[in-house]
Order: sequence, then structure tokens, then C-alpha cells
Amino acid sequence: MKLGIQINEGPYNHEASVTALNYCKAAIEAGHEIFRVFFYHDGVNNGTRYSTPPQDDIHIANSWSDLAKEHNLDLVVCVAAAQRRGIVDEGEQERNGKDGNNIADGFRISGLGQLIEAGIESDRLVVFGD
Amino acid sequence: MATKKFMYVNRKAPYGTIYAWESLEVILIGAAFEQDVALAFIDDGVYQIAKGQDTTDLGIKNFSPTYSALGDYDINKIYVEKESLDARGLTVDDLMPLKWEDEDEDWAEKDSIKVVSADEMKALLDESDVLLNF
Repeated sequence: MKLGIQINEGPYNHEASVTALNYCKAAIEAGHEIFRVFFYHDGVNNGTRYSTPPQDDIHIANSWSDLAKEHNLDLVVCVAAAQRRGIVDEGEQERNGKDGNNIADGFRISGLGQLIEAGIESDRLVVFGD
Repeated sequence: MATKKFMYVNRKAPYGTIYAWESLEVILIGAAFEQDVALAFIDDGVYQIAKGQDTTDLGIKNFSPTYSALGDYDINKIYVEKESLDARGLTVDDLMPLKWEDEDEDWAEKDSIKVVSADEMKALLDESDVLLNF
């Protein structure tokens, strides 16, 4: 089955991202395809490489980056939500005149159309959050 | 591109969290994809389309006028759960009169809002292809 994933909550404060991460791993293991993972609302905060959790805790952003690299996942951070919350890639840095960027490896910033497309193209869109 | 039945489920109060406002942003962007779109308002979500919203004292943006534009985006299936209204002492008269113009009937103005029972809402959710839950 082709799956679209939407994550609506930030890391640590809420379990949604880790649950989605485990779900994606299990789905891939079971032979399903992840069409796209779309990060929305505070979910965009999963995509910062500046996160430094304690060493005995899960590094959520790195875990997503690693999974993306291993399975060529498309991790998309919503641009409108990212702009509000300060998640920045090189393009956004330039466009909005910021002095740096913080997007983690394997993530890209794009528009909400990517979420709608995931709904259209996937057999199921699975939403993680409250 | 295939056409699917999209259902946006709005469950949260309009202010206090950003879910309602960012849900509306998805709805507006999604309108460009020419899908079969419907909106559901349940629980505190019914307050999102309540009349007379005033956020002056909150110091944040009142985005409620945007709902009135949904008809212009061909979004005219807006379902509100009766039980959620009842539980909050609201009726359809407490909601904004959201309208759309029917091209096939000489642009006659029609109501977009339909109040449905929880059972009817359940059936509507069940027959949707894509549920976006906010």
C-alpha cells in the first residue's frame, strides 16, 4: 500500500512524531511504500538540525534524517508553518534575509500542495497528532 | 489527476491553538486541486464558524471572515454536527451564514451549511477517501 503521512505535532512535547517514525519503519518493513511524510503545524519543528537532546534520549530529527537516507523518503516541511516557526533552508534564508538556516538532512521545505498531492496519490493518508 | 473525496475535520476552538487557522490554509490551497471537498465541524470546532468573533482583546488575527470566501472557492459542503451545537447551547442561527452561488441555477445563492446528526456525520466521514483531521 502507498501511504501518505502527516505529522501535526512537534518533537518531545508530543509523542506523535516518534509514533509516526515507528509507524513508517514498520510499514516499510511490511513492504509498504511511504509516498511522502508531510510536517505541519508544530510538526515542522521535527526538521531542525539544531536540536540537541540528552544523549540517552532519542534524537528525533536525526532519526528522521537517517530513515530518509536509508529508504529515500520524501520529508516535506510546510513552508507557511515553517516561516512562522523559524525552520529555514538555504532558499528561505535568502528569500527572507535570515542570517542562517537550520533544516535537517533529508528534509525539504515546500508548499501545502504537497500535502494535498499526498492525499490524492496515496492509498491512505495517515495523520499523527491530537 | 484522480478525484477523491476530501473531508476536512475541524474539531478545535478557533483560538487558543493554531489548528483551526492552519486547517483553513490547507482548505484554501487544496481548493486549487479540483477535488471533491467537504468540511466537517464537530466538538469545539463549531465555534470556528460562530458569528460575531472579536479577537481585539486577544491581540491576534481574527481569521473568521475567511470562511465566508469558501463559496467562491467552490467549497459548499459544510457539515456541522447537531449534537456538538446542542452541547454548547448553539443553533445554526449562531453560525455565520456561509453561502455559495449555484452556476446551474442562474447563480442563485444557497446555504453551504448543513446541520447533520452524529450518525449522519459518521456516514459522511466513512464515505470520504481522505480525512484531514485538525
